[in-house]
Amino acid sequence: MAIVTGKSQRWRVVAAHVGLIALIVITIFPLLAIVSISLRPGNFSTGSLIPSTISLEHWKLALGISYQAADGSLVLPPFPVLRWLFNSIKVASISALLIVAISTTAAYAFARLRFRFKVGILNSMLLLQMFPAVLALVAIYAIFDTIGSYVPWLGIETHAGLILAYLGGVAMHIWTIRGYFETIPVEIEECAKVDGATHWQAFRYVLLPMAVPILMVVFLLAFIGTIIEYPVASVLLREENNLTLAVGSKYYLYEQKYLWGDFAAAAVLSGLPITLVFLAAQRWIVSGLTAGGVKG
Amino acid sequence: MTGLLKWPVVLALATAFLFLVFNIYVAGHPVWALCVLALVSTGFFIYLSNVAFAYRYLFPGIAGMALFVAFPLLYTVQIGFTNYSSNNLLSLERVREYLLEQTLPDETQAMAYTLHPDGSEYRIVLMPVHEEEDELDPSKLASLQASSFVSPRLALRSAQPPELTEMLPLDKASFHVNDSLPLKELLKHRDVLMKLKLKLPDGRSLSYAGAREFGPLNNLWKANADGSLTLVDTGEIFQPNNATGYFENADGVQMQPGFKVNIGLGNYVRMFSDPDFRKPFLAIFGWTLAFATLTVVFSLIIGMTLAVVLNWEALRFRTLYRTLLFLPYAVPGFISILVFKGLFNQNFGEINAILDALFGIKPAWFADPLLAKVMLLIVNTWLGYPFVMVLCSGLIKAIPADLYEASAIAGAKPLTNFFKITAPLIVKPLMPLLIAAFAYNFNNFVVITLLTNGRPDFLNTKIPAGTTDILVSYTYRIAFQDSGQNFGLAAAISTMIFFMVALLSLAHLRIARVNQDIK
Repeated sequence: MAIVTGKSQRWRVVAAHVGLIALIVITIFPLLAIVSISLRPGNFSTGSLIPSTISLEHWKLALGISYQAADGSLVLPPFPVLRWLFNSIKVASISALLIVAISTTAAYAFARLRFRFKVGILNSMLLLQMFPAVLALVAIYAIFDTIGSYVPWLGIETHAGLILAYLGGVAMHIWTIRGYFETIPVEIEECAKVDGATHWQAFRYVLLPMAVPILMVVFLLAFIGTIIEYPVASVLLREENNLTLAVGSKYYLYEQKYLWGDFAAAAVLSGLPITLVFLAAQRWIVSGLTAGGVKG
Repeated sequence: MTGLLKWPVVLALATAFLFLVFNIYVAGHPVWALCVLALVSTGFFIYLSNVAFAYRYLFPGIAGMALFVAFPLLYTVQIGFTNYSSNNLLSLERVREYLLEQTLPDETQAMAYTLHPDGSEYRIVLMPVHEEEDELDPSKLASLQASSFVSPRLALRSAQPPELTEMLPLDKASFHVNDSLPLKELLKHRDVLMKLKLKLPDGRSLSYAGAREFGPLNNLWKANADGSLTLVDTGEIFQPNNATGYFENADGVQMQPGFKVNIGLGNYVRMFSDPDFRKPFLAIFGWTLAFATLTVVFSLIIGMTLAVVLNWEALRFRTLYRTLLFLPYAVPGFISILVFKGLFNQNFGEINAILDALFGIKPAWFADPLLAKVMLLIVNTWLGYPFVMVLCSGLIKAIPADLYEASAIAGAKPLTNFFKITAPLIVKPLMPLLIAAFAYNFNNFVVITLLTNGRPDFLNTKIPAGTTDILVSYTYRIAFQDSGQNFGLAAAISTMIFFMVALLSLAHLRIARVNQDIK
């Protein structure tokens, strides 16, 4: 930019750097602190933030390995963190796959087909999405309680039930995929149809291969959205071995049983992969945000 | 799908679903059965007929939304008009059935029992209740044994222990009474024995009635033709009261458990007229508004400032700064919130350790209401500003550069640039997003629950209510935690939140649409 800059400019640049660095220090302090705490021996030690002695006891517990304490007693892992991580990943992957399947087909209908009530359905979907599930927890609990009395593997305390509950949240994803489909020229499919393809074949063998990038994005978004979901999972899952990470983590920090160091290791262990996935998907998440959605 | 396979599969699916619907109907839920039937037959119609073939693509998504988003909303509104709670959980019919199943062992006709090993299995011997020294007297023992009974061999230790057995008179059975199991051994079989019914030759059926006796069970209640129940013991009549949801006698004494009834606006009346309830409720409502507003304002100030600074081309390392400042958003919320919970801990927390070293203070972040609110705002701003920063960055990039060139020629300072060019141009597109952020924080259940769980609580309230509770977390506590599992009341509060969310959404849509028209 061809703007003449004055002498005060240099000072302002320095001030901006100082201000930004100060803010970054405050921002990432909790994240660095938790890494350091996870390497510090004991659950109650206070004082130095940079550990003087490095101990892997919390990491052993987080990985499900018991260790010998200084007084000779054997310390067992307090919670099945790896089990929770596995539960979370299982629920999130299956939900995300199903969400992608459901929203892709629905998005195809909205983008390409003509049918009655199209605008009405689209609008009511977007409106419904504004009401978070946390407001209807009582009803969700009652519904799954009822379902469970007829179909036990879909009831309370089952992962299948939780996955089913997550399948309601597809409106945002339908919207995203529909937008992408509309950027693909409809002529390509019409050519296929002229050659004798049915609707389903045109969708499955022509449109879908071209939409793989957006499907991966939606999969990532749905995966992250499910893995960090807390309210519904906390109502539907109660048994320790059944919990997802989001529900289980809080048990480390009970007043009566405060396992600060153990929590730190478990948090880094489970938070790091999710954070990396999120950073990798950041570009698309941000473009999704500007479309009106907020991280839930 | 090949035509050959299609119809058998359809038929099998249809049979399975019809069986499910039938089961629900038989269990006494005709409305649920009808709903499931409607949903399933819609599905079959859509996939089998050619009329609605566009809906084939839509059905799974729309059914999912209808079942798990729309239906729970409507159902919540309906529950808000009932007294559904842990005391009033079942329907009237189920409560009546439950009461009629209640029994009391009849002590006067009870018989003493002993358990005798017979091979790897066991036999139960029933004798009339007697004193222990009677067994030492041969003549008394003989008369006791004359009216005793013995069971066939029972496999009590097997995976599926017997639940009903015919007893035989002891003198007719070929079983020589050996030493019975001591009490300690006997108690190991307690769970199995509690389920066992013993049928005597005269037709009476005896059930477990304590560690030493089996006895016939008497029903506590008797059903009357008009739907009321009679307490057999006293002869009192209890009528079902459809206003309160309990079986009540003439004096109004209520019999637990109650049943679920419609109480109209009862929950709403309670919300607004019960002073014990209204005071914390209004305080929570005020804090919910303050929490959402202040979070948005603070995030906006920090996020917008950062966006402006990071768009300044004279600055180096901008990408690095941006990535680091974005981190709070990338870390899963349930982890970063719990990290803050630990860091803010009054005695072991690192934040108080630093404050103690610098200023010699140790604030009680979790015990003092004001400090707890400050902490929540700090944490939530930390969580929220990257979102605003990213949004503003995108909007600022879209502002044409020649505007800034013109202002530079006119000799304008950076602040003038911000207030005369940047802010006016981004405020319009930012508005609907800020409303969405407000609505999100209005219902930001996770941060409250994981950080303070609403505590510290108000003193002197009937239903526990926290000074840092927002409406949704308060609702959650009423429904699922320490406050009596009052689902009806929780659903009524949720219904009120629906209206507020609907208003916010309306504002959001309207402003977004006005923006669209301008474009």
